[in-house]
Amino acid sequence: MRLRTVHVASAATLALLLTGCAGDDTTDTAAPPQTGEGSGDSCVLEDPVPVGAALSLTGAAASYGQSQQKGLKVALDDLAEKEGVTYDLQVEDDATDPKQGIAVFEQFISRDPVSIILGPTLSNAAKTTNPIAQEQGVPVLGISNTAAGITEIGDWIFRDSLPETAVIPQTIAKAKESLGLEKVVVMYSNDDAFTESGYQAFEAALADEGIETTETLTFSKADTDFRALLTQAKAAQPDAIVVSGLIEAAIPLVTQARELGLDMPIIGGNGFNSPQLMADAGEAAEGVVVGAAWNSASESAENAAFLEAFRAKHGGDPDQFAAQAYTGMLLVDAAVREGCSADRAAIQENLGGLSDIPTPLGSFSFEEREPQHPAVVQVVEDGAFTVLD
Amino acid sequence: MQQVLNGIFAGSIYALFAIGFTLVFGVLDRLNLAHAATFTVSAFLGIELVADLGLSIWAAIPAVLVFGALLGLIIERLAFRPLKGRNDAHFAGLISSIAVGGMFMALLLARYGPDTRRFPAEAFPTTDFQLGGVRITLLQLVILGVSLGLMLGLAFLVNNTGLGRGMRAVAENPHAARVLGVNVDRVTATTFAISSALGAVAGVLLAFYVNSAQMTMGFNIELKGLAVIIVGGMGSLKGAMVGGIALGLAEVFAVQYVGSSWRDVVAFGMLFGILLVRPQGLFGPRQVREV
Repeated sequence: MRLRTVHVASAATLALLLTGCAGDDTTDTAAPPQTGEGSGDSCVLEDPVPVGAALSLTGAAASYGQSQQKGLKVALDDLAEKEGVTYDLQVEDDATDPKQGIAVFEQFISRDPVSIILGPTLSNAAKTTNPIAQEQGVPVLGISNTAAGITEIGDWIFRDSLPETAVIPQTIAKAKESLGLEKVVVMYSNDDAFTESGYQAFEAALADEGIETTETLTFSKADTDFRALLTQAKAAQPDAIVVSGLIEAAIPLVTQARELGLDMPIIGGNGFNSPQLMADAGEAAEGVVVGAAWNSASESAENAAFLEAFRAKHGGDPDQFAAQAYTGMLLVDAAVREGCSADRAAIQENLGGLSDIPTPLGSFSFEEREPQHPAVVQVVEDGAFTVLD
Repeated sequence: MQQVLNGIFAGSIYALFAIGFTLVFGVLDRLNLAHAATFTVSAFLGIELVADLGLSIWAAIPAVLVFGALLGLIIERLAFRPLKGRNDAHFAGLISSIAVGGMFMALLLARYGPDTRRFPAEAFPTTDFQLGGVRITLLQLVILGVSLGLMLGLAFLVNNTGLGRGMRAVAENPHAARVLGVNVDRVTATTFAISSALGAVAGVLLAFYVNSAQMTMGFNIELKGLAVIIVGGMGSLKGAMVGGIALGLAEVFAVQYVGSSWRDVVAFGMLFGILLVRPQGLFGPRQVREV
């Protein structure tokens, strides 16, 4: 029918015209640079500084992400008590999927522009998402990325989480001193950037300490049945089992190891660094050694205040992820106040120059965008992390 | 020796799951791809019954069995019966069972959220036995016992009861069975109910074995289940049992002798090998071409 062609043609033309008119609200790519008066504690910024947090609230890393969210909320409460600058924190879930992480980053970069992005939770995601921020000139502060190769992505990328390459050598050295290790079995999940990176750090540290690795076993981060691997590990009769894995694998691994009669210490990387290990593995978690960036028993003023505020707000104790998230927000505040500006470039410049900032992690400084502060080696005793001696 | 036991325990769970699959395929010539969803739902339900309602884990098994049977009836009614009359009933049923499986998973996600759920640590008995260097826990023995018991019970049902006779008749030729007075609809519904009940118990047993349930467990076991029924022979109950244990053992020996990263390669390589050498599976009916 002739009429139909005319209809289609006019509809198409109308559609083209409408898209032409409606295009403008996607071009707002920069956060409105806000500068205020004063500096440090006397800085005053009129509008709230937008901060975006890309966290894994669901998925395999959910326990870390939810802990981070709690830490950020406590930080916001504490910062609200200081006058002059307020923060508008938006938290988005990347569902432990790097593809989702990309969508969240793009939202924070262009659609709902923020001055700085905190996160993402996993290094695995960071390797995919951070290059985007680097390209667009948005500062990113990793609050739990501990794999190698994160800050190498570019000069807009920072992290306050001590990398595995800094913590693991200290863990192995202390474990050897305290437990007298001569030979170990190493297990790691080879399908995640963080655990792979942790494995390499372990391998290097074990070689440096002259500890023999009798077997190296790999698993997938989605595995739940480790009995076959553990039986093989048991046959090697190691002094300890060194594991680089995420918490979802750590819990069944530790439980099944004890079930099979492997009573030797299990040394874990940062993935084990969660009280969920003790909660879900129960007695099986006793004797697990984990190197940590945060000494929960530290009696510094900042740590005591953080513990008290966290317990009051969330009823339970914080873990390292909450502590590093809290510290991250403190560092953002310090950087914003230093230049008294919410401008992305100003924050980038001032964040890198921070030194000796008092935080629950200790006296914190950045060097080449990497965190500088001492680590601590912990062991699970009576259901809680205590310092290994 | 411990490795052999590891393989048998895991294999018995695979076998129980696969038997449900193969039962529906053998009797009704339908592949029920909502089976994996039944598996996952039951695992979560088992955890809820024990963690929130305080049931003992032993009581959770029959509860989940009944629930699984109900799910089976729902799957049959929703996914397969409306498409019964079509020419492509087998294929259409398969597709619609995928959809029903998806719906179950979405409901599960809505109820429990995406996190892994675990049993409370005190729910499990801690007794274990040491026999000449191998460690077996009471729980593992129960898993093996329940799996084998259910499989043998099913074999008895199919071979020695009236219902079983009806199932074999329908498997042979549904039209002839109907003509001879077998209530095909009731046999169909019962077959689905039994199959899903077995899959449900497999789910809760796996949850016991690894002390956790997560959304992805259905996906993992579905692939293995399909591999098992192909290796064992589609439609053969004995084949599913043997195939499941064989897969469990193959995985364990792959870890021991080849390398832990090659575990899946070896297991599915076995599948390939069987398909090449004996396409009908270990116990499957030989395909005879009639002229």
